[in-house]
Amino acid sequence: MSERLWGILIDSFPKILIPGLTATIPLTVIAFSLAMVIAVAAAMAQFAHVPVVTQLCRFYIWIFRGTPLLVQLFVVFYGLAKVGIRIDPFPSAVIVFSLNEGAYCAETVRAALEAVPSGQLEAGYCAGMSYLQTMRRIILPQAMRTAFPSLSNSLIAMVKDTSLAANITVVEMFRATQKIDARVYEPLALYIEVGLIYLLFSTVLTWLQGIGEKKLGAYEEG
Amino acid sequence: MLEVQNIKKSFGRLEVLKGISLRVEKGDVVAIIGPSGSGKTTLLRCMNFLERADGGTLVFDQDSFDLAHISKKEIARIRRKTAFVFQNYNLFLNKTALQNVMEGLIVARKLPRSEAEGIARQALEKVGMLDRENHYPRQLSGGQQQRVAIARAIAAQPEIIYFDEPTSALDPELTEEVLAVMRQLADEGMTMLVVTHEMGFARNVSSKVIFMENGVVVEASGSKDFFQRPRQERTKEFLRNISKSPQKEN
Repeated sequence: MSERLWGILIDSFPKILIPGLTATIPLTVIAFSLAMVIAVAAAMAQFAHVPVVTQLCRFYIWIFRGTPLLVQLFVVFYGLAKVGIRIDPFPSAVIVFSLNEGAYCAETVRAALEAVPSGQLEAGYCAGMSYLQTMRRIILPQAMRTAFPSLSNSLIAMVKDTSLAANITVVEMFRATQKIDARVYEPLALYIEVGLIYLLFSTVLTWLQGIGEKKLGAYEEG
Repeated sequence: MLEVQNIKKSFGRLEVLKGISLRVEKGDVVAIIGPSGSGKTTLLRCMNFLERADGGTLVFDQDSFDLAHISKKEIARIRRKTAFVFQNYNLFLNKTALQNVMEGLIVARKLPRSEAEGIARQALEKVGMLDRENHYPRQLSGGQQQRVAIARAIAAQPEIIYFDEPTSALDPELTEEVLAVMRQLADEGMTMLVVTHEMGFARNVSSKVIFMENGVVVEASGSKDFFQRPRQERTKEFLRNISKSPQKEN
């Protein structure tokens, strides 16, 4: 490899990593946290068969699972601007990623809730606890334990999906790389470099998932 | 103390309870026996509102409730006086033995943690499970889980405990360890309503026996009378059939 190429790679590394720390990671953390709130709420509403709300949840999940993420980003950022709703790139990305991820995770959490034996809820009732008390203290913790590997999977997928936010001008890692490439034209080296940084992020998350599963697994050990 | 009158329940077109009435006095140990599918479990579940009965009245400590139209508040009020032991234990899987017993005390009864812990330890001691207080349900045998479940029931200081086939999922040895705890409770005067297939328990521990079949009570009497002087033909036949196999005595 030429000295010039090494220089570019070393030079560009902080220029890619810093947007990673200031955009990719915050976007992921904020959007995924909101997605969890949406997912748990939507899953619980469906689990309890709350009329109307359940149908609204099904509709929401249908829309967000059935259309491309990229299309959703364009609708919110470019589309809404056309009717006078101007949202900055980063908040637009947060909105779309949390709604999109929330739709997928709602299904994961709902399935996990349904996997908790029905006797757990009955035992809660018989101990004098209300539905919500039993959900919060008994059913949800067990369901989240079941859902944890799938949710971790979604989180890891999301870190990489945030690269799509480049298309609505959010300067995250991928867009930062594009900008450098536009100047120096070294696409192979630069895109492999950014790929490796995504890989680094995913690896850290996979490692954290392992630790989390071990912690949550305490009551599963027989 | 507790009385149900004319309780009815259907699942779709299947009529499971066709108007059951029974009475439980303080200190009674009532065994509900009968063939599988006779509606015993459904009766117990209706009495604690795990199933909603289609009709009937429940009288608890002089208060009368219409089972088909009972409100959530009334259900909560009655449940505070009752406890339920399930066939498959239903311990909270994400809680240790001690936490299982404390949970209802803290969350439903709002006891301070330290007080709840004291009561829970006492209850675990009574069923011989104090040395396993930090074990999770999946780390315990079926018999141990059921004993913790009984500790959870008695910790609530209920006026009556409902048992739904508490030993049906257990092998003979584990059955014995659970029955021993139940016998001890009976000796202490706990009021109990027990759906069971353990004839030894019905004969030797219970004070009354209710024999059910096809959603009706065939015969109800004191347990001595029931086994020695059955009145109904069907009861006599049932007793003849079960005496063909060697009976384990409790």
